[in-house]
Amino acid sequence: MNLLFALLSGLIFGLGLILAGMANPAKVLAFLDLAGLWDPSLALVMGGGIAMGSLAFALARRRTQSLLGLPMQLPTSRQLDRRLIGGSVTFGIGWGLAGICPGPALVLLGSGSDKGMIFVVAMLAGMGAFEILERCSVAAANDKHTHGKTA
Amino acid sequence: MTIDWNHFTPLSSLAGGVLIGVAAALLALCNGRIAGISGIVGGLLRPQRGDLGWRAAFVIGLILAPLLYRVLAPLPEIRIEAGSGLIILAGLLVGVGTRYGAGCTSGHGICGLSRRSPRSIVATLSFMAAGFATVFVMRHLLA
Repeated sequence: MNLLFALLSGLIFGLGLILAGMANPAKVLAFLDLAGLWDPSLALVMGGGIAMGSLAFALARRRTQSLLGLPMQLPTSRQLDRRLIGGSVTFGIGWGLAGICPGPALVLLGSGSDKGMIFVVAMLAGMGAFEILERCSVAAANDKHTHGKTA
Repeated sequence: MTIDWNHFTPLSSLAGGVLIGVAAALLALCNGRIAGISGIVGGLLRPQRGDLGWRAAFVIGLILAPLLYRVLAPLPEIRIEAGSGLIILAGLLVGVGTRYGAGCTSGHGICGLSRRSPRSIVATLSFMAAGFATVFVMRHLLA
């Protein structure tokens, strides 16, 4: 049952991206090009999404279990750190270079676009690099910790 | 600033945004999860038992969306101006950046702002600013 709802959510999300124009990288770049001929459409995508989302999360916040009886797993971190800002800036640069963010990338892949597929492979490689770097830094921290104890 | 009225699509963009919000609502209320694409995909690369199914189902839904859309209406124009080299660089930056920043346009931009999360507000301002700056450099300084 939960798989069905996740599939449905992904489908509706993708249809929304296409209808909104987010799946067209040229339109995304036209939104990001403030100094050029500016297409403000994507501000309305965020507006519509946040209006619906605000209602949903106002309800979700009060629940400890989802409607399907699953635990509510909403983020709890409140830390504003270099990771958050540095990561987001890095993402923003990549977004500005091609006009593609992760959701539209998967929609482009499904539409049969070659460049969409190349983007998804590169994005997965970037995410894989993050996983490897994370594991290395965790291992290094553990190593330091155990050495500290024996010394 | 000059507004491109010819390409401005307020109704379909607003409607698309509402659909995205509906999808996020569905995932939050039924599955108890945040519809953040980078986090959902990233979690597939860090397999944990019992955690893969919903992620895979959501991603499959996203990939199938253009096929379903095509059944209902012709797909709108898709134009990618960047060459393959730039696409690869952009993809790598988006992959690494969204995982360090713990979210992208969906997780921070839609869900996080809907929850009024301070982290997501900071993240969204950061990637929007970087996106605007990058396009300015690419189109008006380097071009």
